[in-house]
Amino acid sequence: MSDIALTRPVPVTSEPPLARYLLIGFAVVFVTLFLFAPLLTVFAEALRQGWAGALDALRLPDAQAAIRMTLTIAAIAVPINAAFGIAAAWAITKFDFRGKAFLITLIDLPFSVSPVVAGLMLVLLFGANSTLGGWLIANDMPIVFAFPGILLATLFITFPFVAREIIPVMMEQGRAEEEAALTLGASGWRTFFTVTLPNIRWALLYGVLLCNARAMGEFGAVAVVSGKIRGETATMPTMIEMFYNEYLSVAAFTLAAVLAMLALLTLLLKSLLEWRHADLLAATRRH
Amino acid sequence: MNIEIEELAKEFGTERALHPVSLSIPSGALIALLGPSGSGKTTLLRILAGLEFPTSGRVLFGGQDATGLSVQERRAGFVFQQYALFKHMTVFENIAYGLRARKRHERPTEAEIGRRVNRLLELIQLPEIGTRYPNQLSGGQRQRVALARALAIEPRMLLLDEPFGALDAKVRKELRQGLREIHDRTGLTTVFVTHDQEEAMELADLVVVMSMGRIEQVGKPAEIRAKPASDFVRAFTAA
Repeated sequence: MSDIALTRPVPVTSEPPLARYLLIGFAVVFVTLFLFAPLLTVFAEALRQGWAGALDALRLPDAQAAIRMTLTIAAIAVPINAAFGIAAAWAITKFDFRGKAFLITLIDLPFSVSPVVAGLMLVLLFGANSTLGGWLIANDMPIVFAFPGILLATLFITFPFVAREIIPVMMEQGRAEEEAALTLGASGWRTFFTVTLPNIRWALLYGVLLCNARAMGEFGAVAVVSGKIRGETATMPTMIEMFYNEYLSVAAFTLAAVLAMLALLTLLLKSLLEWRHADLLAATRRH
Repeated sequence: MNIEIEELAKEFGTERALHPVSLSIPSGALIALLGPSGSGKTTLLRILAGLEFPTSGRVLFGGQDATGLSVQERRAGFVFQQYALFKHMTVFENIAYGLRARKRHERPTEAEIGRRVNRLLELIQLPEIGTRYPNQLSGGQRQRVALARALAIEPRMLLLDEPFGALDAKVRKELRQGLREIHDRTGLTTVFVTHDQEEAMELADLVVVMSMGRIEQVGKPAEIRAKPASDFVRAFTAA
């Protein structure tokens, strides 16, 4: 009995020290090797000719046009898909109707279709060889190899992000709080803005950030639809590829570093919001 | 305000939740809709609130046809089964919600809203909890806040869906008394749904026993005990 009492009690959920260090070590190595190292390489390559080289690369008109194009596309595509995502999630979770399962599958379609295929679909639909595309070009409204095509491709690719983040949260919350607001005399819009939106805001934020990251980073579909015309339809990802293929590695990696920084900035923004509203976040957690 | 239910029926797709039922609820009464799950009692309550619409039949509030009135126009104070308090708002804001939702010219001033909310907090005997969030409250406190929130809109009637369902036995008994007192003080026509026959018999002036979408019997608790109208009523109220 006495030797049992002498051994220190080990919590059942704790691992032996060796297993613990191995697991932690593996995680650290993995993260370093597959996340930090590639990111650092991008920045290191960009700065290989010093800050001057990187700044020169950013002064290239093609690079600036690509940055402008990507930011414009994201600024338009993200709000549209946020609105569509909320509407779709609302319809799916708050109403019962026929074809609901089909709609949910449809929302996931852009995830399962290869971006290149999505781009080709748009080219077939709106390209010069189709009736619709021919008419649009004749009326001076080209879609393929022009801004609208890039926007459509980006909208298609990034459509699921917001809806997918919100749907599970809305489903879990059910309809009771909205119904309560209605019985208290609130209109549909008031209910949406004062009850629904506050309840989904964190999921919405995640969705918007993911959507934004993808909208800026999308390559495949945009590459097919845009035709990659320098200074006109090239976006940051397609411009990076063109620089790289021309052995302009400093320009390619500088632009890549800017794209990576935009992504890091969105992540930082998210963390900042979470940190500032930590108390509210804790308070709104489910009882 | 008295409530008349005339030949009310509700179908969900091919399923009949409510066969045509008729019921007359006198003004100021405290009524229990008693029955097992699937008996149609919650459907009937939600139709009264305007959260569901009947397939056929009419609802009259104080003699006026209310069948087509929207949920907002009904002005029915509704207490939900899990209370459905707004998680991201304080207790004060929860109770003030209905007042703030009013059209500008009917909306009380900020000071008046404060006075009314505090009066309601005193009515439910929780004057100190205005700044707390719902997840910082006990089950019984949440139920009373939900009641205060429903009363804040100066409702024409009070509707409660299993108001004691989420509480443990001891709190349940206390709050029964609380509901009775609030009913007596406000004089509101009150309808609550329950599957607990003891609760219905103890609290209600009039008990409506329901089963499979039909009303089996309507009567004072003593009448139902003494003269059950069917085998179902006898079996269910004996339990």
